[in-house]
Amino acid sequence: MTMPSPRHDGPLLDIRDLRTQFGSGPGTVNAVQGVDLRIAPGEIVGLVGESGSGKSVLALSIMRLIQKPGRIAGGEILFDGRDVLAMSARDLGRWRGRDIGIIFQQPQGCLNPVRRIGWQVAEPLRQQERLSRKGAWDGAVALLRSVGIPAPEEKALAYPHQLSGGQAQRVMIAIALALRPRLLIADEPTTALDVTIQAQILELLRDSCRHAGTSLLLVTHDLGVVARLADRVAVMYAGRIVEDGPVATILDHPAHPYARGLLRAAPRLGQSGGERLQDIPGGIPDLSRPAAGCAFAPRCGRRASLALARCLEEMPPLDPVARDHRLRCWATPDATGDGP
Amino acid sequence: MGRYVLKRLLLLVPVVIGILLITFLMKALIPTDAATAIYQGQLSEQDAAQAIAALRAKYHLDLPWYQQFVLYVGDLAHGDLGESIRLRKPVIDEIGYRYVNTILLTGAALAIALIVGLATGILAAARRNTWLDVTATTIGLFGISMPAFFFGLLLILLCSVWLRLLPVVPHGPLAIVLPAVALGLIEAAPLSRVARSSMIDVLRRDYILAARARGASEIALILRHALPNALIVVLTVVGLQIGNLLGGAFIVETIFSWHGIGELAVNAIQWRDFALTQAIILISAVTYLVINLAADILYACLDPRVELVS
Amino acid sequence: MSEAVLEEPIFRAVPRWRQLLRRLLRNPSAVAGGAVLLILILLAAFAPLIAPYDPFKISPAQRLTPPGALHWLGTDEVGRDLLSRIIYGTRYFLLICAVTASISASIGTVLGLVAGAGSSLTDGIIMRMIDILLAFPYILMVLVVVAILGPSLWTGMAAVGIAGIPGYARLVRSTVLTVKAEDYVVSVRALGASEAEILFRTVLPNVLSPLIVYLSFATPLAALLASALSFAGLGTQPPAPEWGAMLVNSRTFLFSAWWAVAAPGTALFISIFGMNILGNGLRDVLDPRS
Repeated sequence: MTMPSPRHDGPLLDIRDLRTQFGSGPGTVNAVQGVDLRIAPGEIVGLVGESGSGKSVLALSIMRLIQKPGRIAGGEILFDGRDVLAMSARDLGRWRGRDIGIIFQQPQGCLNPVRRIGWQVAEPLRQQERLSRKGAWDGAVALLRSVGIPAPEEKALAYPHQLSGGQAQRVMIAIALALRPRLLIADEPTTALDVTIQAQILELLRDSCRHAGTSLLLVTHDLGVVARLADRVAVMYAGRIVEDGPVATILDHPAHPYARGLLRAAPRLGQSGGERLQDIPGGIPDLSRPAAGCAFAPRCGRRASLALARCLEEMPPLDPVARDHRLRCWATPDATGDGP
Repeated sequence: MGRYVLKRLLLLVPVVIGILLITFLMKALIPTDAATAIYQGQLSEQDAAQAIAALRAKYHLDLPWYQQFVLYVGDLAHGDLGESIRLRKPVIDEIGYRYVNTILLTGAALAIALIVGLATGILAAARRNTWLDVTATTIGLFGISMPAFFFGLLLILLCSVWLRLLPVVPHGPLAIVLPAVALGLIEAAPLSRVARSSMIDVLRRDYILAARARGASEIALILRHALPNALIVVLTVVGLQIGNLLGGAFIVETIFSWHGIGELAVNAIQWRDFALTQAIILISAVTYLVINLAADILYACLDPRVELVS
Repeated sequence: MSEAVLEEPIFRAVPRWRQLLRRLLRNPSAVAGGAVLLILILLAAFAPLIAPYDPFKISPAQRLTPPGALHWLGTDEVGRDLLSRIIYGTRYFLLICAVTASISASIGTVLGLVAGAGSSLTDGIIMRMIDILLAFPYILMVLVVVAILGPSLWTGMAAVGIAGIPGYARLVRSTVLTVKAEDYVVSVRALGASEAEILFRTVLPNVLSPLIVYLSFATPLAALLASALSFAGLGTQPPAPEWGAMLVNSRTFLFSAWWAVAAPGTALFISIFGMNILGNGLRDVLDPRS
């Protein structure tokens, strides 16, 4: 399937001030609070954050998969210049799967238990490309081969419960990439897998996307995953992006205190046995009661020692501090701030 | 698959033997037997005693119980279910056509129950928490609480008297309509409930989200992706409900004078006709077993996660 | 140390009774169903004071009169006041519910506990027996018992009670097996608790919830079956004012005196409906999953 040429030069995915809420009235949870994010064609972007940061909600929001009681409360999502939030149900149906795809954390749960793998992979081929049953089946086998499933002709006859976690995720990747979408979102794709399999799956993701020119939005809490694959990294906290930039910059000398904390908290090879693991004290804020100031301020440094008065009163904007490096922080505005 | 069926059939053997014993022992436990019931109070003491003794000898009622059991099973093997004392003819003759009638009624009722139950359950799940859902759920609740015999009588009242849709005593093919509808609608209630909850559960699963993320339409999601999975649970419940269906059929037959084995069973018990009662219970139990086995096999066919060979 | 730990069950899946009651009172289904049950109980208890006429009194002159000022629900085919008979009928209904539930629940629970908590041999034997019983549909078992014992109120109740045993046994057994395998039981055992302690302090309270929910659904079903038996002449016999039995003779007059059929049928429907709603409410409150 030939890829349509981009309609305009510019990012493939352009998210502006996206806001997603759950519930209504006083207890409304603001899971995504004004996210700006851009993904260029062919780029691999890592979205990093802990549980509750809103990264999975963001991923689902991009594809408009948020259901009641959640809803997208504002902002813009432009995909290749098209307004995603204005799409009709029909357009959405055609856009999803063809131009954009997603894979989830628990691959076995994402496969229909009563249908054979082969048919599940063949389904998008049959529907969107109108292949015959035989043609679609052959296409499915070929896809399974391309994602590294051994003996694909036989495996295609299997049912989901007969697959291992790693195999199931490969199948999900095959299904997601079947129609060569322009953007693939991977929401914690390796979190539920064995460590040994994780590396394989990540490589598969990277190679498949590079090969097809597909952009990849990799949502994860694991910095290691991001280090392996991403071109750029965005760090998310309490529903907002707090820093984004090239992977080398963010992983080597992050500017935002939260990003710094994440990096420090990651255990390293070579740490001596007596060293304590460093955590970030405190917990994520209550998303139904957003504070006026920076959401991270109460945890910034030991007992908020790094927070300025301004941090507690006013939310810093996400501003560029260098070419292709944005930061949301009052306390370390120049990206070379001395950290604790 | 063949081995699975074989295994299940083998497991049935002790159950069948148990059933045979129970139905046979019924007779042994009955304090007065049909022979006495018929003649008591009708003739003089002496003649009655003689007639009873003669009847008893004829039906081997004077032999020890284990010998009777052997004779019993032997007769069964020859297809001889005994003779109805009351009706003075072989049980088989009477049961034959009635059995078919009951199967017809139960089949028709099951069909109605499935269609109505599935349709309302799926609709309610797809349009959750709307008026459609609430109506369907409430009607479902009504159905579970409604006694079959009352509903049957109401239907007769409604259709034959007030609305005049059907003659009071319909003949020919029309005769099955009211009893099947009465039984079917009542059975539709629990099926609707299960279909609804099963659909809701399935629609929450990740593979439905994944399919939606691939651009599947609402209808495709419900009918193609969700339904086959939900159906498995519904089928299990249908298997459990067959017993109710059978029981309901017995009652409904008496209301509508539908000549099936249910009507006969009720009469047989009232007449204390042990051969008849025994035979009907035996046949019903075996039928029930067979239907359950068929349901299990169907279930195994539909759900690939079931281990066919243990 | 283990004694101190075991003074309270480490994990209580059953909410405290007062909490439970409060949640029940806030649940509309439970309240509505409970109200129906309460009305039934009151009617049954104070029947002689509430009923306008003697339910057994025959007056041929008044037979089949439609509902009116003298007889609010009309009279039946031998002139008995329907309202009074309905009111007295609550006694039969409640009696049937209580007796059938007692028989099924008590024997079934004991069997289920023994099967679940005992050795796998005991379990196997009991389950085989239950399977044989379950091979008979509910109705057939009932018919067997009635055929042996002859039709009457008590044999009908006994029959329905016995037929309900396998259901309870299966439920209790599977709950016990599930609870036994739960992590908190394993950890309590690892702390040195004896099997008996585990059974009574941890397993039993957790069996109570699903048992109560099952009871609330199985009982109206049993009552329905008992009435159906009476209707078929195999249970309570007329002239007892049991709602199913009342229909035995009234149905011949379906076309001329529909009220004689509608009154007992509707009473039965409302009572069972009420109990089912109560069951819904109980399930909402007791079953954490839904």
